[in-house]
Amino acid sequence: MSDVALHPRPNEKKEKELRDTDLAGRALTARLAATWGSDSGLLAALSTVDHKIIGRRYIITAFVFLFLGGIAAAVMRLQLSRPENTLIGPDLYNQLFTMHGTTMMFLFGVPIGEAFAVYLVPLMVGTRNIAFPRLNAFSYYVYVFGGLMIWTAFMLNIGPDTGWFAYTPLSGPEFSPGKRVDFWAQMVTFTEVAALAVAVEIVVTVLKQRAPGMTLDRIPLFVWAVFVNSIVIIFAMPAVMFASTALILDRLLGTHFFNPAEGGDPLLWQHLFWFFGHPEVYIIFLPATGFVSAIIAAFARRPVFGYLPVVLALFATGFLSFGLWVHHMFTTGLPQLGASFFTASSMMIAVPTGIQIFCWIATLWDGRPVFRTPLLFVLGFFFIFVAGGLSGVMLASVPIDTQVHDSYFVVAHFHYVLIGGNVFPLLGAVYYWFPKLTGRMMDERLGKWHFWLAFVAFNLAFFPMHISGLLGMPRRVYTYPGGLGWDTLNLISSVGAVLFFLSFVLFLYNVIASLRGGDAAGNNPWDAGTLEWATASPPHPQNFDRIPFVTHREPLWAERQTLPVVTGLAVERRELLVSSVSEAAPDLLESSPVPTIWPFVAAVATGVTFIATIFTPWAVAWGGPITALLLVAWFWPKSIKDDE
Amino acid sequence: MRPRCAFRPSLIWSTGLLLTGCSGPQSSLDPYGPDADTLARLFWNFTGFLTLVWVVTMFALLFALRPRPEPARDPLAHEQNAEHGMVLTVAIATALTVISIAALTVVSYGAQRVLFSDRSPSLSIEVTGHQWWWEVRYEDPRPSQTFATANEIHIPVATPVILKLAASDVIHSFWVPRLAGKLDLIPGRTNELRIQADKPGIYRGQCAEFCGWQHAHMAMLVVAHTQEDFQAWRAAQVSPAKPPADAEQKRGQEIFLKSPCVMCHQIRGTPAAGKVAPDLTHVGSRRTIAAATLPNTRGNLAAWIVDPQGIKPGVHMPLIKLDAGEIQPLAAYLEGLK
Repeated sequence: MSDVALHPRPNEKKEKELRDTDLAGRALTARLAATWGSDSGLLAALSTVDHKIIGRRYIITAFVFLFLGGIAAAVMRLQLSRPENTLIGPDLYNQLFTMHGTTMMFLFGVPIGEAFAVYLVPLMVGTRNIAFPRLNAFSYYVYVFGGLMIWTAFMLNIGPDTGWFAYTPLSGPEFSPGKRVDFWAQMVTFTEVAALAVAVEIVVTVLKQRAPGMTLDRIPLFVWAVFVNSIVIIFAMPAVMFASTALILDRLLGTHFFNPAEGGDPLLWQHLFWFFGHPEVYIIFLPATGFVSAIIAAFARRPVFGYLPVVLALFATGFLSFGLWVHHMFTTGLPQLGASFFTASSMMIAVPTGIQIFCWIATLWDGRPVFRTPLLFVLGFFFIFVAGGLSGVMLASVPIDTQVHDSYFVVAHFHYVLIGGNVFPLLGAVYYWFPKLTGRMMDERLGKWHFWLAFVAFNLAFFPMHISGLLGMPRRVYTYPGGLGWDTLNLISSVGAVLFFLSFVLFLYNVIASLRGGDAAGNNPWDAGTLEWATASPPHPQNFDRIPFVTHREPLWAERQTLPVVTGLAVERRELLVSSVSEAAPDLLESSPVPTIWPFVAAVATGVTFIATIFTPWAVAWGGPITALLLVAWFWPKSIKDDE
Repeated sequence: MRPRCAFRPSLIWSTGLLLTGCSGPQSSLDPYGPDADTLARLFWNFTGFLTLVWVVTMFALLFALRPRPEPARDPLAHEQNAEHGMVLTVAIATALTVISIAALTVVSYGAQRVLFSDRSPSLSIEVTGHQWWWEVRYEDPRPSQTFATANEIHIPVATPVILKLAASDVIHSFWVPRLAGKLDLIPGRTNELRIQADKPGIYRGQCAEFCGWQHAHMAMLVVAHTQEDFQAWRAAQVSPAKPPADAEQKRGQEIFLKSPCVMCHQIRGTPAAGKVAPDLTHVGSRRTIAAATLPNTRGNLAAWIVDPQGIKPGVHMPLIKLDAGEIQPLAAYLEGLK
């Protein structure tokens, strides 16, 4: 396939501007890097709009929250290691399990998938930056402020203590006076804003910024996964946005959405929360399916078998995830006919998930598997996630659920699903893309030790919980009496949890050691087939010197000599190629925003407003206009060259 | 015949359960009533089948990872025959998934029909969840025959009993695993749960919905009697409290009646008529105190009165100022309220 040249209409009034056809090699790389690069200095660091820098920050921040949530879990497991333990009391324990769940779901689970998407999607679809890069910067700062706020509250011993689900009326003004739950509810608001912003960016980037030739059926499976994920986020987040807003109104303004004494309904909260909360589980899982598809293709040494069924399964999963929420409420006394409907829909989601699993196994079957660390983590994913998925089938049954609901069986189930379904693929993804992000390989020997320690420790920690739950141990208890058959099981779980935590310490050590002394990676250390491996490691600010022209689903495998490219983009200003939705035919040349401090300033104003509303409703009155003014300043039209 | 441990079909589950056995005071796999029995059977059927699915999937995965004699090849090289075989295999696996899921759904519906069928109850009991104890009120058409107790539900064996579940503050969940599945107690609503015990005995249960600081210490006992024993127990509970038997108990009653205890607790037959805390008319007859947190002994009664916050931090029972000499008589009086 030969290269394609674009011929933008020459601007008649001015002299011809410099384009990528006028330069080549190092000169082109350097000029583009100067155009797309970020300056050094604190102000420049806060002004950057480079998706790779923001994405890297997002990834690191999400991992920091993973470690914080993990520490909370380790402390809880120490408390539960023996019956009637008095290491910590109910107050701290309740704060810890609330912080653990909240952090893992809102500050790690959702952002980590979006973080990788922010970094990888523009590289994988062959463009220079993400759509709406300033919004991207804004979303990161909002996310950080939300996380900082809730962890600061926790450090001051006013952390939320009503669980990550904050069931009313326990979380209402009457039973949770003080500011604890307000911090929780506002943290949800922060996360919603950040997650929605990224979701919109991903959708637009995938639909409109794909490299020419990347038709719908050539989009990498990881990109499909995060695309479907973004759509799920866009539909799910508004439900929890309303729920958390109504909760804050109940708490701060005395509305009675959830107060049964005044005509409100505590179950309304559960419906709204789980209408978001169940898709949330898939928001955590879907990006991980993208990790799995990418890693399996690279290490099975063949494209993923069943591209179309896998993509359709992603869409089916995203769609069905909105029809399952009631299975979190089977013990609330719903009419049996209604509950039965949700049994069927909850069971049904096993089908698209099964299709993906079968296609991945078929890929390995027909491929020539290479057992490097990323693949090991994916194999761990199969072992753990399939078990968790099958115990999920049991939870879908109304009768069985009445016994195991809110017991440790459920705790075991969702850790199998979430750690198996998200964290194991994620760790594989870190080993897989670390060379791209840093230019260095991670240590393979340590990686294998890490995998085996994590795998064994995980099962040691969480498998016994199935049994302690069946033996009647409820969730969210800060202690338990001895002699109910739970003692040994809990001790085993605690030992496993500590070992699992240590596996993450080993992982951190591997990351730091590899950053300093890892082998140089080169552009494509795994000989993978997707576009992010076509550029330097780490990539230059412009991602690609010339936009690739895509001829195959695995472009780097199909075009082994030289990748065909598209030429004709401006070199001295930020210009992107916008393409058509289905055929990815070149459509427009669009300018892309330059760095600016406004997103940071607007995020500070937004954050201050959100936090201030916890203390006075008047914060809306003065914070709103200030934020609005800052947004006007951010969007003030500048005299930029007309887009062609 | 109960399923019990003998029903274990699956290797992986039983290896774990061998460590402990599946019996236990609160084990859902150790059923003593028809509903819990149905649930345990359903559980083992699901577990057996799904474990098989897991094993088959893992074998397929392991086989997919078998060592290959063939050298590495171009990742885009296709073998048409292999592709055909894979299409067929994945299609069959998907079809089997659909069939299995449909079958499990039907099996689940079957159990649901049995569990939620109407069985005329002979007895209905109101159970109200409070932070962090259970109020138990026995209904009767004759108002004189109604009475309240706490944290201990007595039922006759082999009889379906309806529990009318309500909550006064936040959401709780009633769960006695050896008798039935759980059902929530939600403020502003009444849910009905049927329980039945086949044998006389004591069945432990515990709140299953997070309800605040002492969620961990909100347990209760269900005590199943023969019909005659149950009627005797009921007759004893309906009667007002016995007068103090000796001088120490008499002194204890005086201390009780002049202290703030009466603001919250009721002892029928005395002026104490508080309604926000457990009815103490026959507290001495109960097996535990503080929602099945402590065995009911004179020492524990005294400890509970002296330091409720130390035993259940956050509990709504306040510390009552008493002289050192007043504790023992008070505990003796309460212990004597059989």
